[in-house]
Amino acid sequence: MRLTAVQAEDFDTAALLAQLSSIGVGGIASFIGIVRPADDDALAALRLEHHPRLAGPALARLATEAQSRWRLRGVVIIHRTGRLLPGEKIVFAGTASAHRAEALTATAYLIDQLKTRAPFWKAEEYRNGTLRWVEARAADEAAAAAWGETVNLPPG
Amino acid sequence: MRVRYFAWLRERVGLNAEEVEPPAGVATPRQLIAWLRGQSAAHADAFADETLIRCVIGDDFHDLDTPFGAARDLTFLPPFTGG
Repeated sequence: MRLTAVQAEDFDTAALLAQLSSIGVGGIASFIGIVRPADDDALAALRLEHHPRLAGPALARLATEAQSRWRLRGVVIIHRTGRLLPGEKIVFAGTASAHRAEALTATAYLIDQLKTRAPFWKAEEYRNGTLRWVEARAADEAAAAAWGETVNLPPG
Repeated sequence: MRVRYFAWLRERVGLNAEEVEPPAGVATPRQLIAWLRGQSAAHADAFADETLIRCVIGDDFHDLDTPFGAARDLTFLPPFTGG
């Protein structure tokens, strides 16, 4: 089972987890990214821009890669776009597998790759009217590259 | 040819897209960037650090040194920050 989507509307976390669990698995791992409020409440919203033609295929490619590297029964990646308020969900990445190690590892892989290989951009909209584009972090690039090109099957 | 921009690259250039006619001899995205820098102060600012820039030719991501050949549509993207 593979589900990837780029959408403006919110997603139903319970429904996504139910889909992952309905295929008969040993475990599900998931990550949900949420718009982080600024400490001083200065952030009004996060604007998520994407490449309309390439963002969807990029998510599909990551899901396929995860399924080729680990024994997964299901992969879900949902990425939202548009103007999101602090506390709103941005992204869901989830995997289902017979064993926890593969589900947890594959989910970590998806999150790391999402940040650097899918054409999405974040801009922070502040209450004083300024808009600041989020800068790519070298640490994110390093985390994505650290997975390398090899297949990572946990032992056993 | 048509050149498109996204995110902060679009805002710095000040355009979503533009028609450009680079001189013969501009054959790769890197060469096109060098030429675009000379077109305006905004372009020079947007492309100040080309190591950040990613390029799409057709529907595929390409290295800045990949010749674009007969392609008439090229997109420049700043580093991705989704997830």
